[in-house]
Amino acid sequence: MLIAIQTENLTKQFGSFTAVDNISFHVLRGEIFGFLGANGAGKTTAMRMLCGLSKPTSGSGEVAGYDIARQPEKIKKNIGYMSQKFSLYEDLKVWENIRLFAGIYGMKTPEIARKTDEILHSLGFASEKNTRVKSLPLGWKQKLAFSVAIFHEPKIVFLDEPTGGVDPVTRRQFWELIYQAAERGITVFVTTHYMDEAEYCNRISIMVDGKIEALDTPKNLKRQFHADTMDNVFYQLARKATRKSD
Amino acid sequence: MKQFSSFVRKEFYHIFRDKRTVMILLIMPVLQIILFGFAITTEVKNVRMAVFVPSKDVSTEGIINQLQESKYFTLVEELQGSGDIQRIFREGKANLVVVFSENFHDNMLHTGESSIQLIADATDPNQALMLTNYAASIISGYGMEIMNEANMPLQIIPEIKMLNNPQMKDAYNFVPGVMGLILMLICAMMTSISIVREKETGTMEILLASPMKPIYIILSKTTPYFTLSIVNLATILLLSVYVLGIPVAGNLFLLIFISLLFILVALSIGLLISTIVDKQLAAMLISGMGLMMPTMLLSGMIFPVESMPVFLQWISCVLPVRWYIEAVRKLMIQGVDAVYVLKEIVILSGMALFVLSASLKKFSIRLKK
Repeated sequence: MLIAIQTENLTKQFGSFTAVDNISFHVLRGEIFGFLGANGAGKTTAMRMLCGLSKPTSGSGEVAGYDIARQPEKIKKNIGYMSQKFSLYEDLKVWENIRLFAGIYGMKTPEIARKTDEILHSLGFASEKNTRVKSLPLGWKQKLAFSVAIFHEPKIVFLDEPTGGVDPVTRRQFWELIYQAAERGITVFVTTHYMDEAEYCNRISIMVDGKIEALDTPKNLKRQFHADTMDNVFYQLARKATRKSD
Repeated sequence: MKQFSSFVRKEFYHIFRDKRTVMILLIMPVLQIILFGFAITTEVKNVRMAVFVPSKDVSTEGIINQLQESKYFTLVEELQGSGDIQRIFREGKANLVVVFSENFHDNMLHTGESSIQLIADATDPNQALMLTNYAASIISGYGMEIMNEANMPLQIIPEIKMLNNPQMKDAYNFVPGVMGLILMLICAMMTSISIVREKETGTMEILLASPMKPIYIILSKTTPYFTLSIVNLATILLLSVYVLGIPVAGNLFLLIFISLLFILVALSIGLLISTIVDKQLAAMLISGMGLMMPTMLLSGMIFPVESMPVFLQWISCVLPVRWYIEAVRKLMIQGVDAVYVLKEIVILSGMALFVLSASLKKFSIRLKK
């Protein structure tokens, strides 16, 4: 199997504060990789480095076969990114948002038009094509944002707490979209605070104070920590944290 | 190119879908020009006049009577000494002071000429100019009468003195001012708000994670505002030429060149603000308080720079808009050659270079974090 992401002693310091401390891991192609940790554990910083948004202080990493320090532009072409804040333009219509981001990723106009209809149809949004995003319910917006993030068929998609504030039914539907993407071969790198969602991942890592304290399949982690839920595993690890959450 | 055009199109959607923005951007310049333009062409009425007559005689009485009969001027006070002149202006009791020379009538008869001084408060230059012209024409009318009666060449020389604004800047000062204000508003304020909005909503993060280069993000964010500035510049110039009848006296191309230079400075300032703050409200406050207020009060748009306290004059020197307004005044109204605006061009270019490099540097530092 091919490796989609790998890091070697990846570290990021802000002054004397070490946000990400020597993390080494790899993610396989087509895998759904859960990246867990309490607030302030360094997840977002690590993710920003992987996306080429931030340069590592030391250590190295490769995403989609490109070096994160030297080839961030190549990486950006091959990934999709959805942040914790809602990331579409509210005053643009549904199809205009799709066209904008597809255009930014360099897709051709006829291809964009064809795929827009296809995607809206499969989401059941066909009738909302001309609706401004502002007036869609939050759950729909998040599903749309995910579809936009993978519209250009990236090799890897990074999701930073994609389901924050969304109801359980919509979260379930959202994860169905994630599974569909993974089946098409898109690697999914996702951070979340919901432990039930952690169970949906193929493998998860848990970060505490900038370090990866555990990394395995949910099943193995539960066995390792003698816990019956992921919630319990997370709690055992996260309470060791000395760093204050932000 | 595809990236760029998709992005610019999106920016135009943002602008045109926000009705308030459209109102501000397109209607305000028109309103300002029309309002300012017609507000200054008011008639001279109810001018409060004070007189200083060292020696009363037939002629001084005659002139004062004629002025009062004209319905425009009302005598409010007869001053006792020349020291009272400053006082009466300070107290705001009079808009015009008429000072006769000593032995007015006798001088006129013996030497053939006599002088009279008209002093006006030129804080409002248009008003001052108009009322002194009215008064001067009434006085010379009286002189003609006397001359016909006496059947000999007599002359009354009205000497006009402007207080507070001795250069007596042109009546259409406000057009350059409005140009500076509008361009500043659109370029600096709107650009900074629109960039900061992307930060606030989180879309900036998505854009930075996309293959779009940061410099293209900036370029495509500024392009629409640049375009709108050009539209507004054209609107203002057309309105002032065809509605207000102010011709562009100097070289039109030079005027456009300087305007483009100023737009560049203003865009860079907008960019700089957007790299400093993270909230739209903050961007609005900084550009409102930090740019709009000084632009209106210190740039010479409303109050002449020369009559400001020295301290404020120093502050006004660092405002790009001050130099822009000065250059436009020279080019548009005085119609001078390029040589005379060289100073302004050099200063504005320097400012553009400085602010642009500062903001680009700041922007890239932020990205590296």
